[in-house]
Amino acid sequence: MNLEEIKSQIEANVSGCRLEIIPNGSPSGQHSLLVDVDHGFAVATFLRDGATPRFDFCSNVTGIDWPVKEVSTKTKVKKLVDGVEKEVDEVVKTQTGGYLEAVYHLYSVEQREGPVVLRMRTEDRAERVHVPSLTPIWRSAEFQEREAYDLFGILFDGHPDLRRLLMWEGFEDYPMRRDYVDPDDYEYEPTAHDDVLKRAQAHRPAQEGGL
Amino acid sequence: MSILTDASVDTISRDETDHLTGDLLEISMGPQHPSTHGVFRMNVTLDGEQVVKLKPVFGYLHRNHEKIAETESYLGCMPYTDRLDYICSITNNWAYALAVETLAGIKVPERAEYLRVITGELTRLQNHAGLIGFLMQDMGASGTPLMYAFREREKVLDLFEALTGARMMCNYMRFGGCRCDLPAGWLDGAKKVVEGFPRFLDEFESLLKTNEILMARTQGVGIVTKAQAINAGLSGPMARASGVDYDLRKVDKYGIYERFSFRVPLGEIGDVYDRYMLRVLEMRESIEILKQAIRDLPEGPIMDPGTKIRGFRPKAGEAYGRIEGPKGELGFYLISDGSPNPYRYRVRPPTLINLTLLEDMCLGHNVADIVIILGSIDIVLGEVDR
Amino acid sequence: MDEQLKSELRRQGVVATSLQELYNWGRKSSVWPLNFGLACCAIEMIAATMARYDLARFGAEVFRPSPRQADLMIVAGTVTKKMAPQVVRLYNQMPEPKYVISMGACAISGGPFKQGYNVLKGIDRYIPVDVYIPGCPPRPEALIDAFMMLQRKIDAQYLTGPGRPRHLDAETPSEFVVPEFGAHDLVPTSNSEVWSVPLVNISNAGKNEPGRD
Repeated sequence: MNLEEIKSQIEANVSGCRLEIIPNGSPSGQHSLLVDVDHGFAVATFLRDGATPRFDFCSNVTGIDWPVKEVSTKTKVKKLVDGVEKEVDEVVKTQTGGYLEAVYHLYSVEQREGPVVLRMRTEDRAERVHVPSLTPIWRSAEFQEREAYDLFGILFDGHPDLRRLLMWEGFEDYPMRRDYVDPDDYEYEPTAHDDVLKRAQAHRPAQEGGL
Repeated sequence: MSILTDASVDTISRDETDHLTGDLLEISMGPQHPSTHGVFRMNVTLDGEQVVKLKPVFGYLHRNHEKIAETESYLGCMPYTDRLDYICSITNNWAYALAVETLAGIKVPERAEYLRVITGELTRLQNHAGLIGFLMQDMGASGTPLMYAFREREKVLDLFEALTGARMMCNYMRFGGCRCDLPAGWLDGAKKVVEGFPRFLDEFESLLKTNEILMARTQGVGIVTKAQAINAGLSGPMARASGVDYDLRKVDKYGIYERFSFRVPLGEIGDVYDRYMLRVLEMRESIEILKQAIRDLPEGPIMDPGTKIRGFRPKAGEAYGRIEGPKGELGFYLISDGSPNPYRYRVRPPTLINLTLLEDMCLGHNVADIVIILGSIDIVLGEVDR
Repeated sequence: MDEQLKSELRRQGVVATSLQELYNWGRKSSVWPLNFGLACCAIEMIAATMARYDLARFGAEVFRPSPRQADLMIVAGTVTKKMAPQVVRLYNQMPEPKYVISMGACAISGGPFKQGYNVLKGIDRYIPVDVYIPGCPPRPEALIDAFMMLQRKIDAQYLTGPGRPRHLDAETPSEFVVPEFGAHDLVPTSNSEVWSVPLVNISNAGKNEPGRD
């Protein structure tokens, strides 16, 4: 089972979809398929019903937070220096990230194939965090999408019951995001030093005998 | 009591002129309840004794394992995996080690693979034995069958303690092999346990086959069809009881499972009775695998010499590794960005996903059946909530 | 009373004792725990009640499912912030005299999960604890040792005077405030009547009792 084959099957059957293969740098060889948000539902329906092999088992659904990161790459550019054309190193700064991602691992039980990794990205990490829900297609996504909403804040449109799963209902933060700050709570540390000591002392009012 | 005028409840017909029809009763089972196998809560809506709606509530044991893993090194996460499904700690370790080995392309030597199979199948034995004991207790047998099950479990835990130093939190696997080799006499002890196990299984199987109360309470209760099971992502004994022929030891062929000859039992109807009989049959197959593995155990190193244990930095990329745990498909999804800590560490919990169909299975049954259906799913809250 | 006289009378078939001894002996020999296991330590607690490490021979004959009928709450496992109000509510529902054993590293101080947004860093922030058992998980023998320590503690209690137990003292409270769910954390984060921030530098521990002001 080749990811390129699957990609061409989907492109032939779902019109207008934009797919991209994201290569995987590790020796595992599990490359993923990035699907655009508008056609995510149609692509998933095709994968479950019409593709060869049919992917009837959605094994894992999760969210990932990619905050904005500056990446600087060095490129060689031809420039005019003192009237002579030379190759000079130029540092180009680009920004990657700035979105939340929902990742689905799909397997085929009848043909014993897999995995196919499907990814969908939101537009930003603040307001425009909508992604279509694949729960009507694979029921196994029900609780896992609720968890991704609870911990990351990704809103799944079309989910039958989108509420928090693990945290309590009045909770307001999205804890798994990379910029989440824990509430300041005293933690016992037997040999505290440096800023752990400073934080612990701030919790304890000044008292004679103590530090 | 709360009077519900929920328009979505259209499964019962309510005659407006019949004043004897009562109101619906909403109760909350848990989080502290003798039968919920941990801190699990279900908001159940009842019409008399029959279940009309059931909504599970999770999160009472959410220990943010995934967030902690982002600040720990890869090796430092290994003891935390013990505490996920705390009854079968060795298979959790194995799943994580397999995921990291898939991520970094590490090979495992022969002897280590055999040791993994032996300890993994022993874990499966003690998990299923404890589960059947808990079933009997849920049905009201007040603890005596549980004592017999725990007696067998203690024998296996003694073996683990001699090998790894701990009864429950074994922390046994490493990336590229196992932590420590067998002490002298361990293999003979294991052979004795494996040979004595079928007698215990015969006792319990006779209970399942001839006890009228058990059969009447479990047959026809909590049925899941094959198509429902695949679509809802069920795995492990729950899916196989519904007829889905998908055992990762035969499908993915991870480790050296290809070398052992064992069968995969399948159920037909998918009710609670099927799930319990299936687990007894799986225990018998595990004993077969154990006999073959103990017989064929080779000599050799137990760790891959080329892998660094400390300062382990895999290349940037991602991997999803999964094994057939005693509860289902336990998978780990790891994303690495080249640093010593994982960027994203995700546990695919089989028990949380097996709970997807809890409401469908319980509708129309009595309150007492909820307890038995929940018991047959075999949940462990450490894994559901992580 | 003179010990020699006591044993002499004993040999004659006469048992002489004081009301305090008799009262405490009855109390310590029939402590019934509440069926309350949260996480991994619960499995070791169940193993401690099974045939190998029988806890019933120490008086913990049955584990009661209802808090109204239990004397002892063994908090076995991690207490999360979502679960904390239920734990305190259950404690309030137990009738006096009641005791708490905090089993495992997680119930003492958060344990291996202490750097967590949902983990309560020790159940002693909201309810008073009598015995702490370290370990992750502690062996069943450690639980039996803690149980015996609790029995010794009950045995040594005076029935009158300032050190008397809570159920004989009308002034001390036996119900504690139940925390509520806030937007980011529990409200209040700890109960100051029961817990105060422990000493930071343990080398100063000799000057005043560690952990208490």
